[in-house]
Amino acid sequence: MSFRANHLLGIEPLDRDEITTIIDLADSYAASNRRGNTRRDVLAGMTQINMFFENSTRTQSSFELAGKRLGADVLNMSMQTSSVKKGETLIDTALTLNAMRPDLLVVRHPHSGAVDLLAQKVDCAVLNAGDGKHEHPTQALLDALTIRRAKGRIEGLSVAICGDVTHSRVARSNILLLGKLGNRVRLVGPPTLIPGAFKDMGVEIYDDMRAGLQGADVVMMLRLQRERMDGGFIPSEREYYHRYGLDADKLSAAKTDAIVMHPGPMNRGVEIDGTIADDIHRSVIQAQVEMGVAVRMAAMDLLARNLRARRGSAAADGTMV
Amino acid sequence: MRDTIITNALLIDPEAGTTTLGAVRLHGGLLAEIADSIDVSDADVIDAGGLCLAPGIVDIGVKVGEPGERHKESFASAGRAAAAGGVTTIVTRPDTDPVIDTPEILEFVAKRAGSAARVRVLPMATLTKGRAGREMTEIGFLQDAGAVAFTDGDHVATNTRVYSRALTYAKSLGALVISHVQEPGLSVGAAATSSAFASLRGLPSVSPMAERMGLDRDIALLEMTGARLHIDQITTARALPALKRAKDNGLDITAGISIHHLTLNEMDVADYRTFFKMTPPLRAEEDRLAAIEAVGSGLIDIICSMHTPQDEESKRLPFEVAASGAVGLETLLPASLRLYHAGNLTLPQLFRALALNPAKRLGLESGRLAVGAPADLVLFDADAPFILDRFLLQSKSKNTPFDGARLQGRVRGTWVAGTRIFGEN
Repeated sequence: MSFRANHLLGIEPLDRDEITTIIDLADSYAASNRRGNTRRDVLAGMTQINMFFENSTRTQSSFELAGKRLGADVLNMSMQTSSVKKGETLIDTALTLNAMRPDLLVVRHPHSGAVDLLAQKVDCAVLNAGDGKHEHPTQALLDALTIRRAKGRIEGLSVAICGDVTHSRVARSNILLLGKLGNRVRLVGPPTLIPGAFKDMGVEIYDDMRAGLQGADVVMMLRLQRERMDGGFIPSEREYYHRYGLDADKLSAAKTDAIVMHPGPMNRGVEIDGTIADDIHRSVIQAQVEMGVAVRMAAMDLLARNLRARRGSAAADGTMV
Repeated sequence: MRDTIITNALLIDPEAGTTTLGAVRLHGGLLAEIADSIDVSDADVIDAGGLCLAPGIVDIGVKVGEPGERHKESFASAGRAAAAGGVTTIVTRPDTDPVIDTPEILEFVAKRAGSAARVRVLPMATLTKGRAGREMTEIGFLQDAGAVAFTDGDHVATNTRVYSRALTYAKSLGALVISHVQEPGLSVGAAATSSAFASLRGLPSVSPMAERMGLDRDIALLEMTGARLHIDQITTARALPALKRAKDNGLDITAGISIHHLTLNEMDVADYRTFFKMTPPLRAEEDRLAAIEAVGSGLIDIICSMHTPQDEESKRLPFEVAASGAVGLETLLPASLRLYHAGNLTLPQLFRALALNPAKRLGLESGRLAVGAPADLVLFDADAPFILDRFLLQSKSKNTPFDGARLQGRVRGTWVAGTRIFGEN
């Protein structure tokens, strides 16, 4: 096993082997989940706390389900209504939590880097469930597993990531992961929603949807994050859909067997046509949800193993972890 | 009071651009004699042992927490930090709480500073009331009360009519206005400079062009009003040609830069290290190199610490929402010496930017090694290596980006008006 990290904070610190280790284990979890074998005791006796400073029913449920399937005691803390509102700082929250001795902390936060900051202050394993516009590593990993299951491989594929890249942590994690696995990555969308600086990371940038999708194996759509937009990034949703919404006509530029992905929740009729989203021959969006649980199980399993190993060696040394 | 003679010192003369071994006599708070050797009878003698002796640093734009944030920095702690850093004059910013926008608050500050700090403290006042950019302050009364310059700090006045009137009025009084050039619409909410690095980190960023646009606007207003303007920080290569054109056209404009922008770049932020969060943000390496060259050529006139004390609570936050700025009074000189040791700038060039030019811009007699100038001096060992421990800093706040950094250059003595305020006799 080549996964030795204490936390899963992003794709950036992972190497190719670590990525593959998580995906391989997730693949086996996905298979056994399908067989109905969903109860295990991998995390028995461990406590998992889900701390969501931003609302996210889907991701939180996915982490909750993953933890419960591995036998953890799962506690959901909605930070929207917690003492954070009363002025408690993130560090204070971390120290309070740490005193509760959790084993796994799943954190979503609206500010980039906040999860890293929190991870520095606690003794348990921290999983980044999305921090600001920075990273959402389990989403990229579940996307990779979904691609591998659909196409039989990840390496060498041409992937088009389309839409609101500027506000997307999903896009950043995917650019990093796909780059590490040797894929050709294109970013497609209006120039107001794609930071030009990404060119320096070896991706291609297109502001024409058909040109960007030409010959693509994977079409990854992003949600238009209207809630993060504080200025006019696009003239209107109507025009956005006309130029960048994925419909059958634009999709025809991609390979005939290209798959369509979306991290959800979807804005139908804004970034994607409903019939494309529901097309079982092209869309793997439901598979992404399924792989999400498997990837989170794999990530928590690996982190728990490392945590136990650390605690074991610390106990032997007479030190505390 | 007996004279003091400092012998065997490497005299750094930023006016002449020379470094020569010699001696100085301090008499009545002034430099009374400068020569290769001086008769040492009837005086206290200090053998500098070949260490560097330079005019004391004039640090323009220092934030002190009085009034309002005394827990971050008081005049007493800022004074100690300045003395330990070889800074003999601190020019204080008015972005306090409340802001220094009335003669009464300015007088309070001047009184506090005078009793608490042993270095010279020259306060600035705001250009507009409340730094709101809507109404100019009582510039004349404030000047009478001792304001050496007028600035709204990093609050950029968006109403150009108000700003131009304030500049026009300031000109009639010969007052210096200090401006922060950032196009505010582009820079709002930014925590980093636009780049692949910022994009990857998911940080809200601002294009370097925002600085150029802000500068272009201020240059146009300067042409219109004929005021005296100092730009507090020019940090991007893109802004330099515009600055040069303005100077070549004879406008009364000078520019500064913080030592942090000269010695650090955007990559130092690494994994969201909030002690590296500055306003404007740390720039790309090519910007840093261009700025160093501009200091060398004199295009950028002044290096300052942009001393901004912040307590731990203000910094221990996610990068986007953490407070901006770093302390710098005590690290200004050793950090500046990085540029000397790297071969970027000579010692006279450094002290031209650290002492001579700020003094000239503010109309002070200090900043030079000349007979008749105030005996404000710093004696330092340019080569002494050390590893900076932020908890040993004299400032109340410890937010320095140089914590744990290897630096070279230690202050051995600081004199203000001929009195030694740092170092052992």
